Amino acid sequence: MSDVKPFLLEIGVEEIPHWMIVPALGELERLFRDLCTANQLETGNVAMDGTARRLVIRCAALTTRQADRDELVMGPPKSAGPGAAMGFAKKNGVTADDLATEVTPRGEYYALRRAIAGRETSDILAEALPALIAKIPWPKAMYWTGKGETTFIRPIRWIVALLGDSIVDFTLAAVKSGALSRGHRRMGSDEIAFDHANYEDRLEKNGVILSAAKRRKRIQDGIKKLLKGTGLTLIPDEALLTDLVYLTEFPTPILGSFDEKFLALPQEVLSMVMRHHQRYFTVQDSAGNMAPRFVAIMNIKADKKGYVVKGNERVLEARFNDARFFWDQDQHKKLADRVDDLAAVTFQAKLGSYFEKRLGVEAGATRIARELGLDEAAIRRAAMLCKTDLMTEMVKEFTDLQGIMGGLYAKAQGEPEIVWRAMYDHYKPLSMDGPIPATVEGRVLSMADKFDSLEGCFALGMIPTGSKDPLGLRRAAQGIVKILVEGRIRLNLDKFITAGAEETSRIFLCERKAGYVENRGSDGSLELAKQLRDFMTERVKYYFRDVRGFAYDEISAVLAANPPDLVDVEARLRALKMVRQTEDFLPLAASFKRIGNILKQAGRPGGAVSESLLEPGAEKDLYQDMTRVLARVQQLRQSDDYIQALLAVSTLRPAVDNFFDSVLVNAPDAAVRQNRLALLGQLFSEVSSIADFSEIVTSSTSE
Amino acid sequence: MDSYQETIFKLKRFWAKHGCVIQEPYDIEVGAGTMCPETFLRVLGPKPYSVAYVQPSRRPADGRYGENPNRLYKHSQLQVILKPAPANVMDLYLESLEAVGIRLDQHDLKFEEDNWESPTLGAWGIGWQVMLDGLEVTQFTYFQQCGGVDLDLVPAELTYGLERLVAFLQDRKSVYDIEWVAGTSYRDVRFRDEQQFSVYNFEKADVKMLWQLFDLHEKEAQRLIDEYRSLDPEKEGTEKRRWPLLSAYDHVLNCSHSFNLLDARGAISVTERVGVIARVRKLAVGVATSWVDQQALLNAPEVAA
Repeated sequence: MSDVKPFLLEIGVEEIPHWMIVPALGELERLFRDLCTANQLETGNVAMDGTARRLVIRCAALTTRQADRDELVMGPPKSAGPGAAMGFAKKNGVTADDLATEVTPRGEYYALRRAIAGRETSDILAEALPALIAKIPWPKAMYWTGKGETTFIRPIRWIVALLGDSIVDFTLAAVKSGALSRGHRRMGSDEIAFDHANYEDRLEKNGVILSAAKRRKRIQDGIKKLLKGTGLTLIPDEALLTDLVYLTEFPTPILGSFDEKFLALPQEVLSMVMRHHQRYFTVQDSAGNMAPRFVAIMNIKADKKGYVVKGNERVLEARFNDARFFWDQDQHKKLADRVDDLAAVTFQAKLGSYFEKRLGVEAGATRIARELGLDEAAIRRAAMLCKTDLMTEMVKEFTDLQGIMGGLYAKAQGEPEIVWRAMYDHYKPLSMDGPIPATVEGRVLSMADKFDSLEGCFALGMIPTGSKDPLGLRRAAQGIVKILVEGRIRLNLDKFITAGAEETSRIFLCERKAGYVENRGSDGSLELAKQLRDFMTERVKYYFRDVRGFAYDEISAVLAANPPDLVDVEARLRALKMVRQTEDFLPLAASFKRIGNILKQAGRPGGAVSESLLEPGAEKDLYQDMTRVLARVQQLRQSDDYIQALLAVSTLRPAVDNFFDSVLVNAPDAAVRQNRLALLGQLFSEVSSIADFSEIVTSSTSE
Repeated sequence: MDSYQETIFKLKRFWAKHGCVIQEPYDIEVGAGTMCPETFLRVLGPKPYSVAYVQPSRRPADGRYGENPNRLYKHSQLQVILKPAPANVMDLYLESLEAVGIRLDQHDLKFEEDNWESPTLGAWGIGWQVMLDGLEVTQFTYFQQCGGVDLDLVPAELTYGLERLVAFLQDRKSVYDIEWVAGTSYRDVRFRDEQQFSVYNFEKADVKMLWQLFDLHEKEAQRLIDEYRSLDPEKEGTEKRRWPLLSAYDHVLNCSHSFNLLDARGAISVTERVGVIARVRKLAVGVATSWVDQQALLNAPEVAA
C-alpha cells in the first residue's frame, strides 16, 4: 500500500466570464486525470469546484509517491550474436553481463531489466502543473506577463497547491504557488490559512460559497422566502439561474419594484430588458400576469439599508424609459413605410440587402401557401413586412427581439392577426427544444425565410462544411424539418426544393448575380436542387435520429420507401418502431432481405402472377394470404394507419416461412420459376412501399 | 453629498496619489478617452506610464436634443491608464470607489464580462463592465493590441462614466439634475450644448463638406505616415526621430470624428460603413506602427552623438 494524502489546487483568477467556468472545470479535470494516469498516480475521489474567482481541484487521497517498477527493454534477437548484444548494452549504459534473455513466441531475445525508482508526486506535480493549467482552453485568452508568455482568460492572482500540508512548489505567469487562499472581494480576508478538512468552512466564513449547488440552493431558497405571502411566483429561468450561480461567490436575492405604468409596454420588451440587460428574474401574479416586481441577485450577504434594491430600481426605470422612448419613436413610421429602407441593410455581403431577401421570402411563402391552400395575400403581406423591424430603434437596441417586435408593431398598426402573428413567430424555432410558430401562417413564413437563406447561400457556394457553419444554415434546415413534422405540414419537400432552386436560379441569372453559375446534370436537373435535397435529407435523418430517437435502420427503411412528406415519414417511423417489437416482425424482415437478394440476383423480373401455375400447398397458401393481406393493407393505408398495416404484413410470416421451407424458387421449369419470382416481386414491392424491410438490421444480418 | 466637480477632484487626487500623471482633456474631438494619444500611443512600446484625465467624449449618434435623462451626445469619462497593470489593480479600483464615498459593504458590485474591440483603432482587449447595484459605472479593460501592434506591457484601462457615477452618488434620476457645483446644475452647464449639437449632427451638418474634411484629413495623415516610412534611419535618423507622427495622429482623430458625424447624419450606408472604418483603421495602424518604430529609434543609444 502506498501512502496517500489529500491534494488541493486552487487557481485564483480575476473574475472569469460566468459561462466559461463549467467547461473550464471539465477540461481541468480531464487534464489532471490524464496527468495522474500517465504517472500511475491514484487520486481517490476527485471534486471540482468553481466560482468566478477560483477553479479548484480536490483529491481525497492522492498517492504521494509513484510505485517503484521494473522496466523491460527488449534488445536484438539472440541469433544476432554477442556483437549486437554489446551494442545494445552500451546504448543503455550497461555491460553485456547485465543483459538477460527473454523467450518470446518469435524466439529468444536479449533484454534488459532494470528497476525504476518511483518519483515523489509533489515533484511530478510541481513540474507538470504550470503547463497543465496553461493548457485549459479558453474562448478568448490573453498573455499577461509579456508577448509569447502564458495565456489565460484573466490574470492569475494566486495559486494554492497543497499535497497534505506541504506546498507543491511552482511558478506560473509570475505567480508562486502557496498555502493561503483568498476570500470574497469585500467580505473576506486576502490571506486565509486553512487545512483540507476546513477549506470550505473557512471560505464560507470569508464570504465564499465554494459549491455551485449550494449557491444555487441559496438563491432558490432566498427567492422562496422573498415571495412568501406576496401571492407572486417567479417565472423560472434555469439559464439565468445558472449564470447568476457563476457570477457570484455569495449570492443573495432581493425583491424590487417598478412603476406599474411600464406594464403598458409589451411584456416581451420588459422581460428582455430585465433578463438580458439586468439579469433580473420576472415575477407574475396568481393570474399569470407580469407583476411590477423583479428579483435581482446580489453578490453580498444582505442589503441592510436597502441601497441595493433602490439602486437597481433606479437603473431599471432608466432602462424602461429608454424602451418606452424607442416604442414611441418607432410608432412614428409604420412598418409598411419601412420596406424600401431595407435596401440599406445588408443581409449577406454576396446575397445583398434585406430588401432582396424579403422578395425571396415572399416568393417562397406564396408558393407554400398556394400548395397548402392558405390565404396567399395575408402570407405575402406578412413576408413583405417581416424584416422591417430591423429598421426600428427597439430592435437595434434589443436584437433578440427581432420578429417579435415586428409582430407587436404590426399589431399596434392594425395589421390583421393572421399577419402579425406570422411575423411575430417567424424566427422560431430558435433551437431544437424551442417551440415552433403557433400559427400555420407563421410556420409557412418561418420556413420560407429559412429556405430563402439556404437557396441563396447554396447557389453562391456558401455551403456548410465540417463544423463550419457561420450562417447557421444547418440550424435553419433543422428548423424547417421540425416545423414540417411538428407542425404537421404536408408539403412535398423534394418538389418544393426543386421549385425553389429553379426560381432562385432564374432570378440569379436574371440579376446576373456575381458568383452564380448555373449547373445542370445530364438529365437537365439543377445541381443546386440536388445539393439542397442532400443537405435536407441529412437534416431529416439527424432530426429523427438525434432529436426524436428513432433507430438508424428504421429511418433508412422508411426513407427508402420515398414517402410524400415528413408527417408521413413520422407516422411510418412510429409504426415501424412499435411493430418491430412484435415477435413475427424481425424474422419476417430477415425473409424480406432474402427475397430482396433473390430478386436482385434474378435481375428484378416483373410480370404478373399466373394463378394456374401456382403449386397447391405453401405456394398457393402464400399467394392467397398475400392477396388478402395486401388488400387489407391498401385499405389501411388510405387512412395512414401504418401500425395496423405493418401488423397485417407481419401476419404473413408463417406463410412466408412455410414457402421458403417447402418451395424451391429456382424451379427447373422456367415458367414456374418466373411465376414464383413474380409472386415474390409483388409481395416485395407492395410491402417496400411502406418501408424497405431489407434495411432493417435483424440479428441474422448483424452477425 | 459631493458635487460633480468635487467627485472628479477626488478621483484625480486618488490616482495622482497612486503615481498617475494627471493630464487635461485632449483638444480634438474623440469618441472615447481611449483614442487620445495619452492612451492610444502611450500604451505602445516598453515604457511604463500611468496617466489619468477627464475626456469629454463625443458620440454624435447618441445625442437626444437634451431630452433623454440618460443619453448624451457628449459625456465625460475619467480615463485611467496603468501600464503595466499592477497585480493589485482591482483593489486599487475598489479603493477609488471608496474614495468617492461608495461604502462597498452596503452595495452590490459585479464584474461582468465585456470584451473590447475597436475596429477603427485596430485594438482589442478583454475585461468587464463593473456593475454597481445594477448600474454600469466603469469599463475595466486589459489591452492586448493597439493599432494592430501586440503590446509589450499589458496596461489596465479604467473608464469611469462620470455622469452616471455622480447621478448614482447624488441619487438623481436624470443626469441633468446633477449638481455640478452648489447652485449650478448639469443642465445649467450643458443643456444648450446637447440641444444645439443634436440639431447640428442630425439635421444641419453638411454631408458634402464632411466627406471633404474626411478626405483632406485622411490625405494629410497618410502623407505624413508615408514620408516617415520613406526616411532612411541611417542617413536621415535625426529627421526621423523628430518626425511629426503626433500631428499625423491628430488628422486621424479628425477623420474619425468626421466619420461619426456622417454616421449620425445617416450618410453612410451599411455597405459603405465597413469600407470607411477600414480607411480609418489603416491610418491608425499606420501611425501606431510608425510610432513604435520611432520610439525604438529614440530609445536606441545615440550613435556617436
